[in-house]
Amino acid sequence: MKNNQKNRHVYWNPYFGGFLLGILILFTFYITGRGLGASGAMKSSVVAIVDVVAPTHAENNAYYSKFVGKDKSPMNTWLVFEALGVLIGAFLSGGLTGRISWRVQHSPKITSKRRLVFALGGGILFGLGAQIARGCTSGAALSGMAVLSTGGFITMLAIFGSGFAFAYFFRKNWI
Amino acid sequence: MGPLIPNGVIPADWDSIIAILIGIVFGFVLESSGFSSSRKLAGIFYGYDFAVLKVFFTAALVSLIGMYYMDYLGYVDVSQMYVHPTYLWGAIIGGIIMGAGFVAGGFCPGTSLCAVAIGKIDAIVYVVGIMIGVFIFSELFFLFQPLYEGSYLGNITVEDSLGVNPYWFIFTITIIAIISFAVSDIIRKRNKKIFY
Repeated sequence: MKNNQKNRHVYWNPYFGGFLLGILILFTFYITGRGLGASGAMKSSVVAIVDVVAPTHAENNAYYSKFVGKDKSPMNTWLVFEALGVLIGAFLSGGLTGRISWRVQHSPKITSKRRLVFALGGGILFGLGAQIARGCTSGAALSGMAVLSTGGFITMLAIFGSGFAFAYFFRKNWI
Repeated sequence: MGPLIPNGVIPADWDSIIAILIGIVFGFVLESSGFSSSRKLAGIFYGYDFAVLKVFFTAALVSLIGMYYMDYLGYVDVSQMYVHPTYLWGAIIGGIIMGAGFVAGGFCPGTSLCAVAIGKIDAIVYVVGIMIGVFIFSELFFLFQPLYEGSYLGNITVEDSLGVNPYWFIFTITIIAIISFAVSDIIRKRNKKIFY
Protein backbone atom coordinates (compact mmCIF):
# COMPACT_ATOMS: atom_id res chain seq x y z
CA MET A 1 0.00 0.00 0.00
CA LYS A 2 2.74 2.41 0.98
CA ASN A 3 4.67 1.40 -2.10
CA ASN A 4 1.64 2.06 -4.26
CA GLN A 5 1.15 5.55 -2.85
CA LYS A 6 4.74 6.39 -3.62
CA ASN A 7 4.40 5.17 -7.19
CA ARG A 8 1.20 7.01 -8.02
CA HIS A 9 2.84 9.45 -10.37
CA VAL A 10 5.73 7.38 -11.55
CA TYR A 11 5.12 6.68 -15.20
CA TRP A 12 7.11 4.75 -17.75
CA ASN A 13 10.02 6.32 -19.56
CA PRO A 14 8.29 8.04 -22.53
CA TYR A 15 10.68 6.49 -25.06
CA PHE A 16 9.90 3.02 -23.66
CA GLY A 17 6.15 3.67 -23.85
CA GLY A 18 6.52 5.11 -27.35
CA PHE A 19 8.57 2.12 -28.49
CA LEU A 20 5.94 -0.36 -27.23
CA LEU A 21 3.15 1.71 -28.80
CA GLY A 22 5.02 1.73 -32.11
CA ILE A 23 5.45 -2.06 -31.99
CA LEU A 24 1.72 -2.38 -31.24
CA ILE A 25 0.77 -0.23 -34.24
CA LEU A 26 3.08 -2.29 -36.43
CA PHE A 27 1.58 -5.52 -35.08
CA THR A 28 -1.97 -4.18 -35.66
CA PHE A 29 -1.16 -3.35 -39.29
CA TYR A 30 0.53 -6.75 -39.72
CA ILE A 31 -2.52 -8.63 -38.42
CA THR A 32 -5.43 -6.52 -39.69
CA GLY A 33 -4.03 -4.28 -42.43
CA ARG A 34 -5.37 -1.20 -40.61
CA GLY A 35 -4.28 0.97 -37.71
CA LEU A 36 -5.65 1.80 -34.28
CA GLY A 37 -8.50 4.17 -33.49
CA ALA A 38 -10.42 5.69 -30.61
CA SER A 39 -13.04 8.20 -31.73
CA GLY A 40 -14.69 5.59 -33.97
CA ALA A 41 -16.12 3.77 -30.94
CA MET A 42 -17.71 6.99 -29.65
CA LYS A 43 -19.24 7.67 -33.06
CA SER A 44 -20.66 4.13 -33.08
CA SER A 45 -22.15 4.71 -29.62
CA VAL A 46 -23.87 7.91 -30.76
CA VAL A 47 -25.20 6.19 -33.88
CA ALA A 48 -26.45 3.25 -31.80
CA ILE A 49 -28.20 5.54 -29.28
CA VAL A 50 -29.90 7.56 -32.03
CA ASP A 51 -30.87 4.34 -33.81
CA VAL A 52 -32.61 3.06 -30.66
CA VAL A 53 -34.29 6.35 -29.70
CA ALA A 54 -35.34 7.46 -33.18
CA PRO A 55 -34.83 4.70 -35.79
CA THR A 56 -36.57 6.47 -38.66
CA HIS A 57 -34.56 9.62 -38.02
CA ALA A 58 -31.35 7.57 -38.14
CA GLU A 59 -32.40 6.05 -41.47
CA ASN A 60 -33.24 9.41 -43.01
CA ASN A 61 -30.13 11.24 -41.81
CA ALA A 62 -27.42 11.16 -44.47
CA TYR A 63 -24.65 10.55 -41.90
CA TYR A 64 -26.20 7.98 -39.51
CA SER A 65 -27.59 5.99 -42.43
CA LYS A 66 -24.01 5.18 -43.52
CA PHE A 67 -23.64 3.04 -40.38
CA VAL A 68 -27.10 1.54 -39.78
CA GLY A 69 -28.98 -0.87 -41.99
CA LYS A 70 -30.71 -4.23 -42.11
CA ASP A 71 -27.65 -6.36 -41.48
CA LYS A 72 -25.34 -3.72 -40.01
CA SER A 73 -25.05 -3.11 -36.30
CA PRO A 74 -23.21 0.08 -35.34
CA MET A 75 -21.80 -1.52 -32.18
CA ASN A 76 -20.47 -4.68 -33.86
CA THR A 77 -17.36 -3.06 -35.25
CA TRP A 78 -13.65 -3.59 -34.76
CA LEU A 79 -13.18 -0.18 -33.15
CA VAL A 80 -15.84 -0.76 -30.49
CA PHE A 81 -14.16 -3.99 -29.35
CA GLU A 82 -10.81 -2.25 -29.43
CA ALA A 83 -12.16 0.59 -27.24
CA LEU A 84 -13.48 -1.99 -24.73
CA GLY A 85 -9.96 -3.39 -24.65
CA VAL A 86 -8.51 0.09 -24.01
CA LEU A 87 -10.77 0.45 -20.95
CA ILE A 88 -9.67 -2.96 -19.63
CA GLY A 89 -5.99 -2.31 -20.34
CA ALA A 90 -5.96 1.12 -18.70
CA PHE A 91 -7.87 -0.26 -15.72
CA LEU A 92 -5.25 -3.00 -15.28
CA SER A 93 -2.37 -0.53 -15.54
CA GLY A 94 -4.03 1.94 -13.15
CA GLY A 95 -4.93 -0.86 -10.75
CA LEU A 96 -1.42 -2.28 -10.62
CA THR A 97 0.03 1.14 -9.79
CA GLY A 98 -2.74 2.27 -7.42
CA ARG A 99 -3.97 5.15 -9.56
CA ILE A 100 -7.67 4.23 -9.52
CA SER A 101 -9.94 6.65 -7.66
CA TRP A 102 -12.93 8.88 -8.36
CA ARG A 103 -11.62 12.39 -8.80
CA VAL A 104 -11.60 15.52 -10.91
CA GLN A 105 -8.05 16.34 -11.82
CA HIS A 106 -7.34 20.03 -12.23
CA SER A 107 -4.78 22.73 -11.56
CA PRO A 108 -4.99 24.05 -7.95
CA LYS A 109 -5.62 27.51 -9.41
CA ILE A 110 -9.02 26.60 -10.86
CA THR A 111 -12.19 25.03 -9.43
CA SER A 112 -13.51 21.56 -10.27
CA LYS A 113 -16.52 23.16 -11.87
CA ARG A 114 -14.40 25.23 -14.24
CA ARG A 115 -12.40 22.13 -15.13
CA LEU A 116 -15.56 20.17 -15.95
CA VAL A 117 -17.01 22.99 -18.07
CA PHE A 118 -13.82 23.18 -20.13
CA ALA A 119 -13.63 19.38 -20.37
CA LEU A 120 -17.16 19.32 -21.81
CA GLY A 121 -16.42 22.13 -24.28
CA GLY A 122 -13.11 20.56 -25.31
CA GLY A 123 -14.83 17.21 -25.84
CA ILE A 124 -17.51 18.77 -28.04
CA LEU A 125 -14.84 20.45 -30.19
CA PHE A 126 -12.77 17.28 -30.42
CA GLY A 127 -15.79 15.15 -31.34
CA LEU A 128 -16.79 17.58 -34.07
CA GLY A 129 -13.24 17.93 -35.44
CA ALA A 130 -12.67 14.16 -35.43
CA GLN A 131 -15.72 13.65 -37.66
CA ILE A 132 -14.66 16.39 -40.09
CA ALA A 133 -11.14 14.95 -40.35
CA ARG A 134 -12.39 11.32 -40.35
CA GLY A 135 -10.30 10.31 -37.36
CA CYS A 136 -8.57 11.54 -34.23
CA THR A 137 -5.01 11.54 -32.94
CA SER A 138 -4.97 7.71 -33.03
CA GLY A 139 -6.88 6.87 -36.18
CA ALA A 140 -5.87 9.71 -38.48
CA ALA A 141 -2.60 11.11 -37.17
CA LEU A 142 -0.75 8.17 -35.57
CA SER A 143 -2.01 5.29 -37.75
CA GLY A 144 -1.91 7.53 -40.84
CA MET A 145 1.71 8.44 -40.24
CA ALA A 146 2.70 4.77 -39.92
CA VAL A 147 1.88 4.26 -43.61
CA LEU A 148 3.01 7.76 -44.68
CA SER A 149 -0.56 8.93 -45.36
CA THR A 150 -0.53 12.57 -46.47
CA GLY A 151 -3.80 13.21 -44.65
CA GLY A 152 -2.33 11.71 -41.47
CA PHE A 153 0.60 14.11 -41.51
CA ILE A 154 -1.64 17.11 -42.28
CA THR A 155 -4.04 16.22 -39.45
CA MET A 156 -1.15 15.73 -37.02
CA LEU A 157 0.37 19.13 -37.92
CA ALA A 158 -3.05 20.83 -37.72
CA ILE A 159 -3.87 19.34 -34.28
CA PHE A 160 -0.58 20.29 -32.65
CA GLY A 161 -0.20 23.59 -34.53
CA SER A 162 -3.65 24.67 -33.42
CA GLY A 163 -3.01 23.39 -29.88
CA PHE A 164 0.05 25.64 -29.59
CA ALA A 165 -1.82 28.56 -31.18
CA PHE A 166 -4.74 28.31 -28.75
CA ALA A 167 -2.60 27.42 -25.71
CA TYR A 168 -2.28 31.07 -24.68
CA PHE A 169 -6.05 31.45 -24.19
CA PHE A 170 -6.33 28.41 -21.94
CA ARG A 171 -3.12 28.92 -19.93
CA LYS A 172 -4.96 29.68 -16.70
CA ASN A 173 -6.41 26.16 -16.70
CA TRP A 174 -3.03 24.44 -16.77
CA ILE A 175 -0.18 26.61 -15.45
CA MET B 1 2.63 -12.68 -45.87
CA GLY B 2 0.91 -9.92 -43.94
CA PRO B 3 -1.56 -8.40 -43.39
CA LEU B 4 -2.74 -11.71 -41.96
CA ILE B 5 -6.53 -11.32 -41.66
CA PRO B 6 -7.18 -9.72 -45.10
CA ASN B 7 -4.97 -12.40 -46.69
CA GLY B 8 -6.87 -15.20 -44.90
CA VAL B 9 -3.93 -16.47 -42.82
CA ILE B 10 -5.97 -15.85 -39.66
CA PRO B 11 -9.73 -16.49 -40.10
CA ALA B 12 -11.90 -13.37 -39.93
CA ASP B 13 -13.83 -14.87 -36.97
CA TRP B 14 -10.89 -13.92 -34.78
CA ASP B 15 -11.30 -10.25 -35.65
CA SER B 16 -13.19 -9.19 -32.52
CA ILE B 17 -11.02 -11.19 -30.11
CA ILE B 18 -7.90 -9.68 -31.63
CA ALA B 19 -9.50 -6.22 -31.42
CA ILE B 20 -10.02 -6.59 -27.66
CA LEU B 21 -6.48 -7.93 -27.11
CA ILE B 22 -4.92 -5.11 -29.14
CA GLY B 23 -7.09 -2.61 -27.24
CA ILE B 24 -5.91 -4.00 -23.88
CA VAL B 25 -2.26 -3.49 -24.83
CA PHE B 26 -3.05 -0.03 -26.25
CA GLY B 27 -4.83 1.05 -23.05
CA PHE B 28 -2.14 -0.43 -20.81
CA VAL B 29 0.70 1.32 -22.65
CA LEU B 30 -1.11 4.68 -22.76
CA GLU B 31 -2.03 4.59 -19.07
CA SER B 32 1.45 3.46 -17.99
CA SER B 33 2.98 6.29 -20.00
CA GLY B 34 0.89 8.78 -18.01
CA PHE B 35 -1.64 9.55 -20.74
CA SER B 36 -4.55 9.24 -18.32
CA SER B 37 -3.51 12.57 -16.79
CA SER B 38 -4.78 15.66 -18.60
CA ARG B 39 -2.25 17.86 -16.83
CA LYS B 40 0.59 15.71 -18.12
CA LEU B 41 -0.84 15.73 -21.65
CA ALA B 42 -1.35 19.50 -21.71
CA GLY B 43 2.29 19.96 -20.64
CA ILE B 44 3.43 19.82 -24.26
CA PHE B 45 1.58 23.07 -25.02
CA TYR B 46 3.19 24.96 -22.11
CA GLY B 47 6.64 23.36 -22.09
CA TYR B 48 6.53 21.69 -18.67
CA ASP B 49 6.11 18.06 -19.78
CA PHE B 50 6.96 16.65 -23.20
CA ALA B 51 5.71 13.08 -22.70
CA VAL B 52 3.20 13.52 -25.54
CA LEU B 53 5.89 14.58 -28.00
CA LYS B 54 8.25 11.78 -26.97
CA VAL B 55 5.70 8.94 -26.86
CA PHE B 56 3.85 10.04 -29.98
CA PHE B 57 6.89 10.72 -32.14
CA THR B 58 8.71 7.58 -30.97
CA ALA B 59 5.64 5.44 -31.67
CA ALA B 60 5.15 6.93 -35.14
CA LEU B 61 8.80 6.35 -36.06
CA VAL B 62 9.03 2.82 -34.65
CA SER B 63 5.92 1.79 -36.60
CA LEU B 64 7.05 3.62 -39.73
CA ILE B 65 10.60 2.26 -39.76
CA GLY B 66 9.32 -1.21 -38.82
CA MET B 67 6.73 -1.14 -41.58
CA TYR B 68 9.24 -0.31 -44.29
CA TYR B 69 11.74 -2.86 -42.96
CA MET B 70 9.08 -5.58 -42.98
CA ASP B 71 8.10 -4.52 -46.50
CA TYR B 72 11.76 -4.64 -47.59
CA LEU B 73 12.21 -8.10 -46.04
CA GLY B 74 8.99 -9.35 -47.62
CA TYR B 75 6.88 -9.93 -44.48
CA VAL B 76 4.24 -7.38 -45.46
CA ASP B 77 3.25 -5.56 -48.59
CA VAL B 78 3.01 -1.91 -47.63
CA SER B 79 0.79 -1.21 -50.65
CA GLN B 80 -1.86 -3.57 -49.18
CA MET B 81 -2.17 -1.47 -46.01
CA TYR B 82 -5.16 0.76 -45.46
CA VAL B 83 -3.96 4.31 -46.05
CA HIS B 84 -6.05 6.95 -44.29
CA PRO B 85 -7.64 8.95 -47.16
CA THR B 86 -6.76 12.59 -47.69
CA TYR B 87 -9.57 15.13 -47.79
CA LEU B 88 -7.35 18.20 -47.73
CA TRP B 89 -9.60 20.84 -46.13
CA GLY B 90 -11.34 18.33 -43.90
CA ALA B 91 -7.96 17.27 -42.49
CA ILE B 92 -6.84 20.87 -41.92
CA ILE B 93 -10.04 22.31 -40.44
CA GLY B 94 -10.89 19.15 -38.49
CA GLY B 95 -7.34 19.15 -37.10
CA ILE B 96 -7.56 22.80 -36.05
CA ILE B 97 -10.84 22.19 -34.22
CA MET B 98 -9.35 19.08 -32.55
CA GLY B 99 -6.29 21.08 -31.45
CA ALA B 100 -8.51 23.66 -29.76
CA GLY B 101 -10.47 20.85 -28.10
CA PHE B 102 -7.23 19.19 -26.97
CA VAL B 103 -5.86 22.26 -25.19
CA ALA B 104 -9.28 23.19 -23.74
CA GLY B 105 -10.16 19.71 -22.47
CA GLY B 106 -6.72 18.20 -21.98
CA PHE B 107 -7.46 14.87 -23.64
CA CYS B 108 -7.82 13.26 -27.02
CA PRO B 109 -10.35 10.40 -27.44
CA GLY B 110 -7.93 7.52 -26.76
CA THR B 111 -6.40 9.11 -23.69
CA SER B 112 -9.80 10.13 -22.31
CA LEU B 113 -10.88 6.45 -22.41
CA CYS B 114 -7.81 5.56 -20.33
CA ALA B 115 -8.68 8.27 -17.82
CA VAL B 116 -12.30 7.06 -17.65
CA ALA B 117 -11.00 3.58 -16.81
CA ILE B 118 -9.19 4.87 -13.71
CA GLY B 119 -12.11 6.98 -12.51
CA LYS B 120 -11.34 10.53 -13.67
CA ILE B 121 -14.66 12.39 -13.63
CA ASP B 122 -13.35 15.14 -15.93
CA ALA B 123 -12.62 12.43 -18.52
CA ILE B 124 -16.16 11.05 -18.26
CA VAL B 125 -17.46 14.57 -18.94
CA TYR B 126 -15.00 14.86 -21.82
CA VAL B 127 -16.26 11.63 -23.43
CA VAL B 128 -19.85 12.87 -23.07
CA GLY B 129 -18.64 16.05 -24.81
CA ILE B 130 -17.16 14.04 -27.69
CA MET B 131 -20.46 12.25 -28.13
CA ILE B 132 -22.31 15.59 -28.16
CA GLY B 133 -19.80 16.80 -30.78
CA VAL B 134 -20.48 13.75 -32.95
CA PHE B 135 -24.22 14.29 -32.49
CA ILE B 136 -23.95 17.96 -33.57
CA PHE B 137 -21.93 16.94 -36.62
CA SER B 138 -24.44 14.26 -37.63
CA GLU B 139 -27.50 16.44 -37.12
CA LEU B 140 -25.94 19.30 -39.10
CA PHE B 141 -24.37 16.96 -41.62
CA PHE B 142 -25.84 18.91 -44.55
CA LEU B 143 -23.74 21.90 -43.39
CA PHE B 144 -20.51 19.91 -43.05
CA GLN B 145 -21.00 17.65 -46.06
CA PRO B 146 -19.13 19.85 -48.60
CA LEU B 147 -16.15 19.99 -46.22
CA TYR B 148 -16.42 16.30 -45.29
CA GLU B 149 -16.58 15.04 -48.87
CA GLY B 150 -14.77 17.84 -50.70
CA SER B 151 -11.13 18.26 -51.77
CA TYR B 152 -10.71 14.46 -51.98
CA LEU B 153 -7.20 13.50 -53.08
CA GLY B 154 -7.49 9.72 -52.64
CA ASN B 155 -5.59 7.34 -50.36
CA ILE B 156 -2.34 9.13 -51.07
CA THR B 157 0.98 8.99 -49.27
CA VAL B 158 3.69 11.63 -48.99
CA GLU B 159 5.47 9.67 -51.72
CA ASP B 160 2.65 10.63 -54.12
CA SER B 161 2.14 14.21 -52.98
CA LEU B 162 5.73 15.31 -52.44
CA GLY B 163 7.39 12.98 -54.95
CA VAL B 164 10.03 12.00 -52.39
CA ASN B 165 11.73 8.69 -51.79
CA PRO B 166 10.01 7.18 -48.70
CA TYR B 167 13.29 5.97 -47.21
CA TRP B 168 14.86 9.44 -47.32
CA PHE B 169 11.64 10.94 -45.97
CA ILE B 170 11.65 8.55 -42.98
CA PHE B 171 15.34 9.27 -42.39
CA THR B 172 14.65 13.02 -42.39
CA ILE B 173 11.77 12.74 -39.90
CA THR B 174 13.96 10.61 -37.65
CA ILE B 175 16.58 13.37 -37.57
CA ILE B 176 13.83 15.97 -36.88
CA ALA B 177 12.54 13.77 -34.03
CA ILE B 178 15.96 13.46 -32.38
CA ILE B 179 16.50 17.24 -32.60
CA SER B 180 13.02 17.94 -31.20
CA PHE B 181 13.65 15.56 -28.26
CA ALA B 182 16.88 17.39 -27.42
CA VAL B 183 15.26 20.83 -27.75
CA SER B 184 12.28 19.75 -25.63
CA ASP B 185 14.61 18.72 -22.79
CA ILE B 186 16.29 22.14 -22.87
CA ILE B 187 12.92 23.95 -22.83
CA ARG B 188 11.64 21.83 -19.94
CA LYS B 189 14.68 22.63 -17.82
CA ARG B 190 14.14 26.36 -18.35
CA ASN B 191 10.49 26.29 -17.33
CA LYS B 192 9.45 26.08 -13.74
CA LYS B 193 8.42 22.65 -12.59
CA ILE B 194 4.72 21.90 -12.30
CA PHE B 195 3.58 19.26 -9.84
CA TYR B 196 0.41 17.32 -10.48
